[in-house]
Amino acid sequence: METKRTTFNNRLLPYLLLAPQLIITLIFFIWPAAQAFKSSFEREDPFGMSTVFVGIQHYQRLLEDPNYIDALLRTMVFAVCVTSLAMILGLAFAAAVDRLTRTSRIYTTLLVWPYAVAPVVAGVLWWFVFNTSTGLLPFFLQKIGFKWDHDLNGTHAMILISIAAAWKQISYNFLFFLAGLQSVPHSLMEAAAIDGSGPVKRFFTISLPLLSPTTFFLFIINVNYAMFDTFPIVDATTAGGPAQATTTLVYKVYQDGFVGLNLGSSSAQSVMLMMIVMVLTFVQFRYVERRVQY
Amino acid sequence: MVENRPILNILTHLFLILGFVVVALPVYVAVMASTQDLPTLMSGPVPLWPGSHFIENYTQLLTNVSAANGLPNYSHMAMNSLIMALVITIGKISISILSAYAIVYFRFPFRQLAFWVIFVTLMLPVEVRIMPTYKIVADLGMLNSWAGLTIPLIASATATFLFRQFFMTVPDELLEAARVDGAGPIKFFRDILLPLSRTNIGALCVILFIYGWIQYLWPLLMTTDTGYYTLMMGMKRMVTAQDGIIPWNFVMAGSVLAMLPPILIVIFMQRLFIRGLTETEK
Repeated sequence: METKRTTFNNRLLPYLLLAPQLIITLIFFIWPAAQAFKSSFEREDPFGMSTVFVGIQHYQRLLEDPNYIDALLRTMVFAVCVTSLAMILGLAFAAAVDRLTRTSRIYTTLLVWPYAVAPVVAGVLWWFVFNTSTGLLPFFLQKIGFKWDHDLNGTHAMILISIAAAWKQISYNFLFFLAGLQSVPHSLMEAAAIDGSGPVKRFFTISLPLLSPTTFFLFIINVNYAMFDTFPIVDATTAGGPAQATTTLVYKVYQDGFVGLNLGSSSAQSVMLMMIVMVLTFVQFRYVERRVQY
Repeated sequence: MVENRPILNILTHLFLILGFVVVALPVYVAVMASTQDLPTLMSGPVPLWPGSHFIENYTQLLTNVSAANGLPNYSHMAMNSLIMALVITIGKISISILSAYAIVYFRFPFRQLAFWVIFVTLMLPVEVRIMPTYKIVADLGMLNSWAGLTIPLIASATATFLFRQFFMTVPDELLEAARVDGAGPIKFFRDILLPLSRTNIGALCVILFIYGWIQYLWPLLMTTDTGYYTLMMGMKRMVTAQDGIIPWNFVMAGSVLAMLPPILIVIFMQRLFIRGLTETEK
């Protein structure tokens, strides 16, 4: 790891400077993670008096549990929906704003603020818009003969939380895509225009390929977001229902552990999630190093 | 722009305006609903124009309404949100600038290890280790306290990385000159590095304030005492009303209050916000 050419040579000071961060990390991050790892191999008796080592039993049960497999698949579907919706809209807005010169700052302001809305508020807002008795959209959907009911229909509930989750993430993708588009060399665009390719063709043959590092980076970030940061949306609106139709992996960890008090299973689920985050982080950082290619 | 295409320009504007309308729709609906009374809201689709209960709804919410649900009033919860966001912002920035300084400007045994320990926090978001973290905080007697609410959220790899990256771009000559002039590590940090990091600190402040303001899961686990409830907890409590009738007019007024401060910060500090977002990369 690189460092400065000249450095200070105090012995104690660097440890003092690092101490606050390291202590917090050890106590509140690494210690609980180690605990989760440990108790994922143990079973506690109902009164918490003794624990027995049970090996990989919790993992075995988990992988045989259709509820868990369902939640896993559901989370993947949810992540794909949220990621594609948020990225396609973000890219479309960015491409449109990139075309404009004088008004681009105004449109940027108009489009970035949803990032600041808390996920729980985003969830509640869309929940209200889609509310079956008082909401706006079900009213209009009814007029074209479509009955919207996210309280009973699992697919509708999934659509609801996907829209709420994607809505919040559009501005993030928009900003990164816009920065990416603005760094596409102008000369390439001019050369292509002289050769007779129109704006649409230029977008698909020049901008989009050059944006691929940004796209890949955003893909990882969005999947991460959809899997781990959307807990408030689910908890405040559908609460995992109807009939588990919106129970994502994180929500299941919370429910089994905190509400159902099944410590062993919840820990095993935590460990599985940690592995998912590790893979995502690994991919992200391998890639970030090669990011400055163009 | 490469060439002038008037029709395409008009289409671009139309598309963006339409996009904005769709993006702003739920917020517009919320603002309108927060000015109605409950019977109006319950009797059909939300009116898309302002009602006459604006002042009444907001005053009730800020002074006494939530008392009925066993919640403190909204000004109390807003104050809690503000304290939490500020402590997290200041705490995160302080500890990460110090550790980045140690990692970049000193050579000492276990430096690499310290770096990796900090890096690992990226892989362990609260969401994946809910139960054990709760247990440890409970064992330390930190439930229902400001310390428990904020300190576990203060460690952050991203802020440390941002400062580390920035310090690496500070010319070595500055340090050499400072050392020739007899400045020690603390003086160098305070008089040279800190002023140079001003913009980075500002950008991080915006991002971290929003991060602290919108925290949900951690306060949900940590606080049973409603005196520590933040606005986000208030939202959750109001929409899970036990008797089945959700007071939508107050919920919507509460949403507006909960989202207004961070939205205003993003709009008025847009430059710092974008800088913070693109440089911390998460």
